[in-house]
Amino acid sequence: MVAPRPLHDRALDNLRFIRQTMERAGSFTAVPGWGQVAVGATALAAAFLAAHQRTPELWLATWLGEAIVALAIGGSTMVRKAYAVNDPILSGPGRRFGLSFLPPMVVGGLLTMVLYRAGLVHALPGTWLLLYGTGFVTGGAFSVRIVPVMGICFMLVGSVALFGPAAWGDWLMAAGFGGLHIVFGMIIAWRYGG
Amino acid sequence: MAKQGAARKSEAVEHGLKGERGGSRAAELDRLIHERVRLGIVSALAVNDSLSFNQLKALLKTSDGNLSVHARRLEEAQYITCAKSFEGRMPKTEYRLTAAGRRALERYLDHMEALIRATRQG
Repeated sequence: MVAPRPLHDRALDNLRFIRQTMERAGSFTAVPGWGQVAVGATALAAAFLAAHQRTPELWLATWLGEAIVALAIGGSTMVRKAYAVNDPILSGPGRRFGLSFLPPMVVGGLLTMVLYRAGLVHALPGTWLLLYGTGFVTGGAFSVRIVPVMGICFMLVGSVALFGPAAWGDWLMAAGFGGLHIVFGMIIAWRYGG
Repeated sequence: MAKQGAARKSEAVEHGLKGERGGSRAAELDRLIHERVRLGIVSALAVNDSLSFNQLKALLKTSDGNLSVHARRLEEAQYITCAKSFEGRMPKTEYRLTAAGRRALERYLDHMEALIRATRQG
């Protein structure tokens, strides 16, 4: 026979349930887990292709192509997930997430042009990973807790890329944009549904 | 034996708290909001102006039938309001927490905290 749980344990459990429900309900729920897994897979393919390019221009073109593919996959899966739960993506937490996430992406675009013109292509992997991670850390303040954690991981990989040898660039891009997207995408899909 | 004693003490604490707050009405309110899905609905609405049926269903990971039954009970108790509309051709059901619902959640939180305090002190 199972002994009844003490009353204070049940009370604590109820309070924990209320807190967790409030946290999840107040967070942006349209971050697409499976979309991120798909982006991670295309990033791994892009890292393989980029590593085999002979000129910096072709290397850059490969990653810019990947950025467009990732944007299309990420954007469409986000809209689809938001639509499935009737979450208005342009208002509330979704809007706040976007407003915090977009500025580092714009800065990343501008710095890409500057660094390319200055012949500092080897500094791009670190810059991209750091700014992408920054976007998730700032935007993640309005999302489920795992989103800013993912951002911090991107920033750590970006820091290694920025100060490590240039030869590590494609490996770290694969680890960040490929590996982290896949791992965190699966966690988000499993915990927060899709 | 010791566990039975603790359980009896817990029950006494719970009844004592209900008694303090006005007998059967307090107990009735507790039962209404105590159920997990209903507690989830009220908690989620406490941090959002409104939530749609589908949002609540995804959030609480429950079925259509289960959610609508529990939401209706809260609606009957006037803890939440329900507004039905159309978004294009799609029907949309939107829920909001009423002032009575918010007070019920606050009372429930007070009740849980008082239970924890009472059992720790005892």
